[in-house]
Amino acid sequence: MAGFLVRRILGALVILMIISAVTFYLFYAIPRDPARAFCGKICRPETLDLIRHNLGMDEPLFVQYWHWLAGIFMGREFVQFGACPAPCLGYSFATQEPVFSAILDRFPVTLSLTLGASLVILSFGILTGMLAAWKVGRPLDKIASSSSVIGASLQIYFIGPLLAFYLVDTLELIPRPSYVPVSEDPVGWFTHLLLPWVVLSIIFTANYTRMTRSQMVEQLTEDYVRTARAKGMSGRTVFFRFAWRGAMIPIVTIFGVDLAALLGGAIITEQTFTLHGIGELAVRAVQNTDLPMLLGVTIVGATAIVILNIVVDVLYAVIDPRVRLS
Amino acid sequence: MTFPSSAPSPAAAETTEDTAGSADPAGSAPAIVGRSPGRLMWRRFRRDRTGVVSALVVLAFFLIALLAPVISKLYGKDPYTTYGQNRPGLLNEFGYPIAPNGGMSGEFWFGLEPGLGRDVFMQLVYGIRTSLSIAVVVTLVTVVLGVVLGITAGYIGGKTDYVIGRVIDTLLAFPQQLFLIVFLPVVEAAIVLPEEETPVWLRFVSICVVLTVLGWAALARLLRSQVLSLRTREFVEAARVTGASPARIIFKELLPNLWTPIIIQGTLLLPLFVGAEAGLGFLGVGMTEPTPDWGRMFQVGVNVYHSDVTYLIFPGVSMVIFVIAFNLFGDSIRDAFDPKTKR
Repeated sequence: MAGFLVRRILGALVILMIISAVTFYLFYAIPRDPARAFCGKICRPETLDLIRHNLGMDEPLFVQYWHWLAGIFMGREFVQFGACPAPCLGYSFATQEPVFSAILDRFPVTLSLTLGASLVILSFGILTGMLAAWKVGRPLDKIASSSSVIGASLQIYFIGPLLAFYLVDTLELIPRPSYVPVSEDPVGWFTHLLLPWVVLSIIFTANYTRMTRSQMVEQLTEDYVRTARAKGMSGRTVFFRFAWRGAMIPIVTIFGVDLAALLGGAIITEQTFTLHGIGELAVRAVQNTDLPMLLGVTIVGATAIVILNIVVDVLYAVIDPRVRLS
Repeated sequence: MTFPSSAPSPAAAETTEDTAGSADPAGSAPAIVGRSPGRLMWRRFRRDRTGVVSALVVLAFFLIALLAPVISKLYGKDPYTTYGQNRPGLLNEFGYPIAPNGGMSGEFWFGLEPGLGRDVFMQLVYGIRTSLSIAVVVTLVTVVLGVVLGITAGYIGGKTDYVIGRVIDTLLAFPQQLFLIVFLPVVEAAIVLPEEETPVWLRFVSICVVLTVLGWAALARLLRSQVLSLRTREFVEAARVTGASPARIIFKELLPNLWTPIIIQGTLLLPLFVGAEAGLGFLGVGMTEPTPDWGRMFQVGVNVYHSDVTYLIFPGVSMVIFVIAFNLFGDSIRDAFDPKTKR
């Protein structure tokens, strides 16, 4: 277990190094000069050079990358902005705020959104999938299967505004989606995020319904299920206590793979409901060609995905004792 | 052994039924006819009613995309003219259509776009054209790239396999949506100087490049694993022993066995790319004005839905229909090619 964790973490670090190096190189290799943006309309060459020096952009690319990388662990000193403490991802070119604190400010929004949605997706998807498998071929199964086809084909940016129009604008059932810090008002946090959770979940739940159903159907043909039945256990006990566990294993794996897609869905959901999360930060940074911000968001996003993937792998071993992590 | 024509044999009955509807000239006699896998697939597919209907719907969308200029001519409007601004009495002082339901009328079938007052029907038709062309180009390039790299990695093995395998792993570890939006300006800025206006074709190319770069890995990984198991099979060994060149082995021995997964993955990828391209348009980093774009219509829709929810319905419903039809079509193709796999 410990060996596995060490190896996975090292592998994750390598992947993150590659991602950051590739992103860094691509961003700074483009012929768009960020120093020019600072310089303003009337820009003398000396001023441009000075700004470039202040931003640390007059050095070779790998030195710049090294500074950036070192900044994450040790902090760094900017002539332009002053000191930048330990997890330093630089300063935004567009708003001049430190990148790390900007991301940190918006992190709770995206985290609440994705965690809440994952909870809905897993519980609801698995529940409907199991019900469908329990009544294979019956109307309930058919309804679950066909609605999962439709659910998977919906778009966040279509049903999001549509539901918001009917539930928020017209019927006034729930408040307009926004982010209320959970520490201030847990109930408000819940009600304000309800619609984004539902919308983000609809797209993904379908997949889990379908997978759970087919996994359950498959598990029911396994030997251990037959043994349990032969021992005289009721169908219900076998179904909900035994077969269920076997079916969960691939679901957890797929969930690990889906996390990245879920983050992508969160970006679109944030934009749909104008929630000020990391996705919105990224989109705005793209529109401003704000390189330090883009680099920071990319690295933080990739790190989150990689860490969560390791967590899922460990979880995998917890659920299935047959799996030896080695 | 020959079957008497009146025998109640299931095989004979099946043959007669099949030849009744097909153009197979040899099928007039109820004999056992040899069928190629392609013909078998076609026969199974034709019987699948869901498959046929969804195929027709998909076909209709492609026809709309292809014939957009013809539709425009017949309909008498184009997607660029700001009818609502040019003609008084169509939009109110806030820029919303005066007529109910988003300004739907006999003249403007799907109503008017709030603000600019362009024709929604034409926006949609041309938007579908833009999005589908991007999706088709990306799917084709992705499949070719995935096939070439997947087969190369699987067949050559060794260091090549290791390098391609690690590239695939890294690509699949990327948070895709984030990278899509992040890399788009990079690809573009790499070609265009900041002072210049980005030409439309370049936007098109850079969207295609980004989607392709991030899209080929899954298919390549699938094909790599298929090739790994195929290359140890006897028929490949036999071909190698008889002195067949690697090219011959790849094209004549391996590829025929891979068509099924390639076509199935291709049909799964296309709606994904339509969604991804629309997502870019929605986030405001896809195709830019004035080029009509399916996804960008949602961006407008999200901004105006409080006052004019009708505008959102048309791109939304059409996209849902398209994606459902394409997914069902993909499922039917899979069933037709590979009837043993159950979903």
